[in-house]
Amino acid sequence: MLSANDLECVRGTRRLFAGVSFRLHPGECLLVQGPNGSGKTSLLRILCGLARPERGEVRWNDAPIWRIDEEYRAELAYCGHSNALKDDLTPSENLLAAASLCGQPASRGAAADALEAFGVRQLDALPVRALSQGQKRRVGLSRLALAARRLWILDEPLASLDARAAQALAGLVDAHLERGGIAVLTSHQPIELRAEVRVFAFT
Amino acid sequence: MSAPSFRAAFAGIVRRDLRLAARRKSEPLFSLGFFVLVASLFPLGLGPEPELLRRVAPGVLWVAALLASMLSLGRMFVADFEDGTLEQLALAPVPLVVSVSGKVAAHWLVSELPLVLVSPLLALQYGLPADVIGLLMISLLIGTPALSLVGAIGAALTLGVRGGGALVALLVLPLYVPTLIFGAGAVDARLAGLSSAANLSLLGACLILATVFAPLAAAAGIRIALE
Repeated sequence: MLSANDLECVRGTRRLFAGVSFRLHPGECLLVQGPNGSGKTSLLRILCGLARPERGEVRWNDAPIWRIDEEYRAELAYCGHSNALKDDLTPSENLLAAASLCGQPASRGAAADALEAFGVRQLDALPVRALSQGQKRRVGLSRLALAARRLWILDEPLASLDARAAQALAGLVDAHLERGGIAVLTSHQPIELRAEVRVFAFT
Repeated sequence: MSAPSFRAAFAGIVRRDLRLAARRKSEPLFSLGFFVLVASLFPLGLGPEPELLRRVAPGVLWVAALLASMLSLGRMFVADFEDGTLEQLALAPVPLVVSVSGKVAAHWLVSELPLVLVSPLLALQYGLPADVIGLLMISLLIGTPALSLVGAIGAALTLGVRGGGALVALLVLPLYVPTLIFGAGAVDARLAGLSSAANLSLLGACLILATVFAPLAAAAGIRIALE
């Protein structure tokens, strides 16, 4: 269970948000909405533990995330604005490297399956440099399919995805929620999930 | 899901960085080329007096190695910072110190080990005797890892700063001083026919100290840069 208690975020001298609280149980999905610059990304980075809130805390199974640190990060998959891909490596090399950097090496077959989930397996002969923006995004997102994590935090996962890839992502998120996973995502495009989505809107 | 293994994470990052360096061959060659050029310019500038050249050799070669190693420092974390990999490292279920140590190890293998290997050839230009050349290699072999480690602190602290390259130099060069003194001192002592054991021990102490503290400091610097 992920809970946010009275989070406040200050950037420079501006207070982005205050008093943000919610609880997410297994199988629940939270969609964070709001105009540009309203603090969606900041909220997500606080939930990951990349940034520290000015006030309040994030808890995972009732333990503050800063205390359980690595235990929490073992449950977490985060996809930010950048895809965290190396231009000089092929998609599957990127996935395998990402898995081993987490100390959880994966097999070639598993990486191929993860790419298949986003329909980018046939691109594996090329270095990521040669891929289009949307294809890179899909490769970046296939990390979700490779590592079994219980909490997905996705920042604008639909950015530069086409309709079919967006559908693939929605399917993956649905399957994740059915397995008892939790997802937090931001999106400017509508995302069609079978599961019920809770919406948190910034003004 | 298996528990994350620190060793797999360390080996994973070293392997990935070596592979990246192999795909992009020109970058590791920059600092090597710089080292060779600087070390070759001194004999040209100082003239062909064997006695003078031999006397300045330890200091000149060490300073050249130091500057060459600094040249590659800026790149240590920047690429990972820009493409978001550093964020993923910070969120990985292994401590960031482990990944940072892996990155430093890879940096040493790619950018510093070649300097050590080519140093005997450069030392020949200064007319150093064979045993002194051997000692120069040993002192560089102990000293350059310390340079990479200390440099990682500077590289981490200047992440996301404009004009970071020049700032790294200003931050890191003063910290290089002990390594330089003991490294060049060891070679100097051997050249004068004295024992270099004391200098080498102190150089080793620098390396141990840097191994223990530098990755911690660099990891803390990276967390600040990511926030």
